[in-house]
Amino acid sequence: MSEHEYTPKSKAGKWFNDRLPLLTLGAHLTDYPTPKNLNYWWTFGGILTFCLITQIVTGIVLAMHYVAHADLAFASVEHIMRDVNYGWLIRYIHSNGASMFFLAVYIHIFRSLFYGSYKSPREVIWIIGLMIYLLMMAAAFMGYVLPWGQMSFWGATVITNLFSAIPLVGDSITTWLWGAYSVDNPTLNRFFSLHYLIPFLILGLVVLHIWALHVPGNNNPVGIDIKKPSKDTVPFHPYITIKDAFALLVFMIIFAGFVFFTPNVLGHSDNYIPANPLVTPAHIVPEWYLLPFYAILRSVPDKLGGVILMFSAIFILFVLPWLDTSKVRSAVFRPIYRQFFWILVIDVLMLGYVGAMPAEGIYLVLARVGTIYYFLHFIVVMPVVGYLEKTDPIPMSISEPVLTGGAEPSLARKINDKV
Amino acid sequence: MIKSNIKQLVLSFLLLISLKPLQSAEMVDPIKVDWSFKGLTGTFDRASLQRGFQVYKEVCASCHSMQYLSYRNLGETGGPEFSEIEVKAIAASFEIEDGPDDQGEMFTRPGKPSDKFKNPYPNVKAAIAANGGAYPPDMSVLVKARKGGANYIYSVLVGYEDPPPGVTLDDGVYYNKYMIGNKIKMPNNLSDGLVEYSDGTESTVDQMAKDVTTFLAWAAEPELEERHRTGVKVIIYLILLTILVYLSMKKIWSRIDSEI
Repeated sequence: MSEHEYTPKSKAGKWFNDRLPLLTLGAHLTDYPTPKNLNYWWTFGGILTFCLITQIVTGIVLAMHYVAHADLAFASVEHIMRDVNYGWLIRYIHSNGASMFFLAVYIHIFRSLFYGSYKSPREVIWIIGLMIYLLMMAAAFMGYVLPWGQMSFWGATVITNLFSAIPLVGDSITTWLWGAYSVDNPTLNRFFSLHYLIPFLILGLVVLHIWALHVPGNNNPVGIDIKKPSKDTVPFHPYITIKDAFALLVFMIIFAGFVFFTPNVLGHSDNYIPANPLVTPAHIVPEWYLLPFYAILRSVPDKLGGVILMFSAIFILFVLPWLDTSKVRSAVFRPIYRQFFWILVIDVLMLGYVGAMPAEGIYLVLARVGTIYYFLHFIVVMPVVGYLEKTDPIPMSISEPVLTGGAEPSLARKINDKV
Repeated sequence: MIKSNIKQLVLSFLLLISLKPLQSAEMVDPIKVDWSFKGLTGTFDRASLQRGFQVYKEVCASCHSMQYLSYRNLGETGGPEFSEIEVKAIAASFEIEDGPDDQGEMFTRPGKPSDKFKNPYPNVKAAIAANGGAYPPDMSVLVKARKGGANYIYSVLVGYEDPPPGVTLDDGVYYNKYMIGNKIKMPNNLSDGLVEYSDGTESTVDQMAKDVTTFLAWAAEPELEERHRTGVKVIIYLILLTILVYLSMKKIWSRIDSEI
């Protein structure tokens, strides 16, 4: 990006900008050249920013009324629901907001997988994104513990117990995490503290994520570099801002549908039973967005093995840019990889489904098949397909969807329809 | 060809999730009741809420607490909407422990609208001891705390049956068609004509079960009516704004399309 130097018009603006170039930053963000062929899958970055801010704002208000104590937490949530002005609305936005956040982040991640946005030169954006995703899972898990219902308590027990699988020091680590000899008041207290901290860490990483994005610029549906900025790109404002606003509003309609009409459908009814260390629920299930990993965890008969595999399922994504051997970014031009991509989508959905089911019979079989495919996809399919695949012809530039090699009009049209 | 492959995968996935989870054979789905508070614009039946409160007060309250509700809630909009005088009278009919006073003594006084619903037992242990080892759950959020919600609560109330042959029950355990595991420690407390409704409604078991379930549904979600009303307004507003932004977007992007 070779932008001409920005100079503020007013004297005061110039004085300030010479000392702290905030106005230059503002001008950069407004003018930021964005590929003009971005489709709606690219609007989830803006949507995710909205989700984060919503969670922080509602969360700060909730924290004004919530009491992080094992004897009072459940009652304080009911106090929020009944006595705080619009407390029910704030809490339902926050609890459903977590689900909407994950819905958006999964779409965002799979968009990146489909269009090869994790590939050179965008590896660092991808890795920061995964760090955000990891922190999101930690924040969501700890947030779910705070109402101190049955699923809060038993979910916390199951997840923290995972650390006891570590050889030799596992039990000591678990006790250290709990601050007690079981999930108890000290655990609730520290989870509340961390739950308040993590969103701000995420916010910091989001700034880095966007900064790293603004160095190479956006990937785009055809996955090729910008050739002629004047023809291939549009300024971020107003073109992308208005498009993001439209997509965000559609997203908000769905969000509002959950909040106002089925606010508890994504939660578990057991979490309206106060935590009771003496009564174990029939099925302990995490929130829906963690189910695929839960399925991977339970697919292994050995506890330590399950924990290692579950964490590997996330950490393997960190090396994805180097597992993918294809020179072509966008799956639009990768006929073989494109099919494997959809198999992966189905695989993850299936893992999520079996994660909600008891780990027995057919569900266990499906969980194992799903887990094996998940790893095969990244370790075998991605490197091998990248080498062997004959990719479709790629357009010369974003603005001219003319194909290199044998130009075939019908194919060009097909590609245009897709992107 | 690729599209059809995707379609096949999606279809097979849908087939997979349509396979019903293997549940224990004796589980029966709760009865589906056409509640007035269902749906996008559902509201509570005011008369049913008032009758339901009567059933709660005369039947349930002797064992079940509702510790997150206050008497004032009974007069608030969206609830049973008893008049201010009625709420004061209801609250005053309970003796509430208060204190300590200036001498450091606890004392009792008639209830006020700001008091929480009186607990039938001093603590959970006392409740368990008085009920054959089973804790009668607090009913404040019971409808939200059970899979199946209001339908499930209603079904359990009307689901008492003689145990099928081969099922033996211990003393103080009853057979219920809809209860998870079919065994319940709460006896069938409802019988036709048990309470005398002041509005002349016939107090059949079915009527009382519906009324008290409606009352419990409100207790669990006192914001339901306001939530539905606000939700409709919010969605209409968002749809209108979305249309405006969509048209603006089309206008702005048309500058680009003309260049191509």
